[in-house]
Amino acid sequence: MSTHLSNHHIHLAARLSGLLPLALFAAALGLVPGIMAGRSYRAAVAWVPALGVDLSLMIDGLSLLFVLIITGIGFFVSIYSVDYLHGHARTGRFFFFLHAFMISMLGLVTADNVIALFVFWELTTIFSYLLIGFEHEHEKSRKSARQALLVTGAGGLALLAGFLLLQIASGTYEISQMVRAADDLQAHQLYIPILVLLLAGAFTKSAQFPFHFWLPNAMAAPSPISAYLHSATMVKGGIYLLARFYPIMGGTAAWEATLVLVGGFTAVLGAFTALGQTDLKKILAYTTVAGLGIMTMLLGGQSTPSMTAVLTFLLVHALYKSALFLVAGIIDHQTGTREIARLDGLARSMPFTGFAAFAACLSMAGFPLFFGFIGKEIMYKGVLAETMMPGLAAAAAVLANGLMTAVAGVFLIRPFLSDRVGIHLETKEAGIRMWSGPMILGMITIFFGVVPEFVGRVLINPAVKAIHEPSKYVEFAIFHGINDPLALSVLTLGIGAALYVNRQRVNCGVCAVYRAVSLDASQLYEHVINAVAAAGKAQNRILQNGSLHRYFFIVAAAFFMLTAFSYVRGMQGFFGISITMPPVEQALLLIVILAAAAAVVMTRSVLLAICSLGVVGAGIAIVFLTFGAPDLALTQLLVETLTVIIVSIILLRLPSLGSCDRRGRGRMFCDGALAAATGILVTTLMLTVLSSPLDRSLTEFFEKNSYLAAHGKNIVNVILVDFRSFDTLGEIIVVAAAGIAGFALIRRRRYNS
Amino acid sequence: METLLSVICGLMVAASLYLMLSGNLIRFIFGLVLATNAVNLLIFVAGRLSQTRPPLIDPDAVIPAQPLANALPQALILTAIVIGFALLTFVFILFYRAYQALDTVETELMRVSEPSQGRDAEEGGQAGIDGAHGPGGEGA
Repeated sequence: MSTHLSNHHIHLAARLSGLLPLALFAAALGLVPGIMAGRSYRAAVAWVPALGVDLSLMIDGLSLLFVLIITGIGFFVSIYSVDYLHGHARTGRFFFFLHAFMISMLGLVTADNVIALFVFWELTTIFSYLLIGFEHEHEKSRKSARQALLVTGAGGLALLAGFLLLQIASGTYEISQMVRAADDLQAHQLYIPILVLLLAGAFTKSAQFPFHFWLPNAMAAPSPISAYLHSATMVKGGIYLLARFYPIMGGTAAWEATLVLVGGFTAVLGAFTALGQTDLKKILAYTTVAGLGIMTMLLGGQSTPSMTAVLTFLLVHALYKSALFLVAGIIDHQTGTREIARLDGLARSMPFTGFAAFAACLSMAGFPLFFGFIGKEIMYKGVLAETMMPGLAAAAAVLANGLMTAVAGVFLIRPFLSDRVGIHLETKEAGIRMWSGPMILGMITIFFGVVPEFVGRVLINPAVKAIHEPSKYVEFAIFHGINDPLALSVLTLGIGAALYVNRQRVNCGVCAVYRAVSLDASQLYEHVINAVAAAGKAQNRILQNGSLHRYFFIVAAAFFMLTAFSYVRGMQGFFGISITMPPVEQALLLIVILAAAAAVVMTRSVLLAICSLGVVGAGIAIVFLTFGAPDLALTQLLVETLTVIIVSIILLRLPSLGSCDRRGRGRMFCDGALAAATGILVTTLMLTVLSSPLDRSLTEFFEKNSYLAAHGKNIVNVILVDFRSFDTLGEIIVVAAAGIAGFALIRRRRYNS
Repeated sequence: METLLSVICGLMVAASLYLMLSGNLIRFIFGLVLATNAVNLLIFVAGRLSQTRPPLIDPDAVIPAQPLANALPQALILTAIVIGFALLTFVFILFYRAYQALDTVETELMRVSEPSQGRDAEEGGQAGIDGAHGPGGEGA
């Protein structure tokens, strides 16, 4: 690209590229009033009509919430990336991947047809792969990209299988129609297989235990990508899938138990691990794992509060987490490090970034007047309303939130607020394009935290309505009075403070646990990857060892076995053999042919072999002549003569055969056995053919029409040049091609010399 | 006679296969010539040899008065002979060029594109397989 466009043009294009998400965001905003009024928008075009697959898109409250997050954060990320990547050689490629990803993600959350959804799902996986591996000169990037691709790609295949089973069970590819068949589906015998496959897709994409290991490694991507794909949008694809299929698949005991247990465990595990990290991006990655776990756990409920809590927390998380990732990117960009121990006092040198970090961290910690507080209140209302294990879910939520409060402290206090040695007093604030995004996102979290009822009415409740018919909407308010959620909120802050103070001790405990047990499937992943490579090497050793003899032997053996297998399977009784003694001259002819063929095999003299081949060819010409085929005999003799001449010209320049059968005894035996077996098979087949009646109808057609239709009396010639003239044309082309190729080979030699 | 020719076909196929497996390009060519002839003969015999009159219509007739030899396999073989010849010619030149370039007619010694297995295979398989790190290590 850079060869055709100057850097200036690319930089300009990159600056303008933010207009695309901005325009889409504005268009999506235009749909808000209609969605609030309970409408939904749908468009479809026939895509693969033969298979009943349409490209149908639908926007309802749930889709709209996602669309606004994707385009809104996409806008800030685009602006931010202009400075982040300034001067990078692959800027054009980056922006192409970024916006292609955005379009794919929009397709994912608006697709109504499951096949279309799958295609968009895989496209997001592929662009995620390309973006994680963007710095492809680093080996770690390549490995992380491959890992993310394989884990989420495998989940995607499971998802496709699940969608196909869904179609079998429900008779439709359209999600909006599946909703109507939900009761039948849940009673269907395929329900459990479908559920397992869908959850495999969702859990790999949304980094649930035990597949979560790819997400922290995906931090090899540039920071804006981590902010966009790996916290705010793509990893929420699994959450979107679960929410979208909640009305179809949800509400059963299997659904609820799996989601609550897996989600709860992932939340606690991710949050504990986050506390021990020292790299800013790793801290955020593990809290993302924890946040996704909380959302999964909440989707295991079936009450209005739990569904409201999922979607509220989704928005809360997208806002503060993308802001924090962008902040981490700024710190990395300005100071060159993301290690907590090497950062301090940034609030003074980077006031705008510091404000963004402050707002986002307090939202993550769940302080009142920040949007995170609202999310947490509703979350506790939601977990307490779960039908399956509400106590366990509440405990997991409180613990995970307490840990995230502590993590927010780790992220904020040491790098920004503490001022021990003043390492970074000279650090400059980043440009406005970089800090404006996280700053505005931080202000939004405050704004939403102050006017929660507005957010609830405009964004959350329409989204809830898309997947769950509420009897009564959850009230969004800053203060609900003194009740259980408030008590849990206070408890959370207390736990968070205690964990922050004791974070070293907690971390030691976590490390001890990690040393004792493997808490993810990354080892299994490595084993599988290594096994695939080993299997490839093994089959390479056996099949692709570079020995032409081995290749040819395998081909010949496969020919023999396949033919023998189909012959034995289709055999109908045995044939009768009748040997009538031929006249003496014919018997002699056969003996001569045999002897000549044997001579070719045995001889060590090239000349004798060539002569013997000539004898075989001539003998066969005589067979043709004897049994009514003078044309064949003529051609055969002509070709045989030419062959002998050409063979003589060329072969006599090659080294003599000498004692050149270099095969060892064992190999000779194997080759001989295969050759003999194939010969016997050919004879057997021919005898079978000869003992079955001959269908002469085609020949009779040619005999009758040779003169009447084609005006020729030599039937063979008429077949060749009239009835089957296209065959003859093909034959001429083959001869011409062989001639041209041969000529080219000879000519090349002249050029070379 | 048909039975005996079937046996001859089988023997010729066996001989050609044995030659082609020998790993020597010259013998391979001999095997190829034999195989071409064997297959042509096979098609011919499969069309039956009971009639020995050539498939020609008498000058004063419009359809054959007497039974003739089977014309269809003859047409097929005529095509096959010519294509077989074209293939052989090309193979001859190709092998001759291979001999000029590589200075050997032993296929086991022709290893320009696939060098003898061993070192390189080991390295190629190992490259880039060193899975991701568990979070435990980084948590410490």
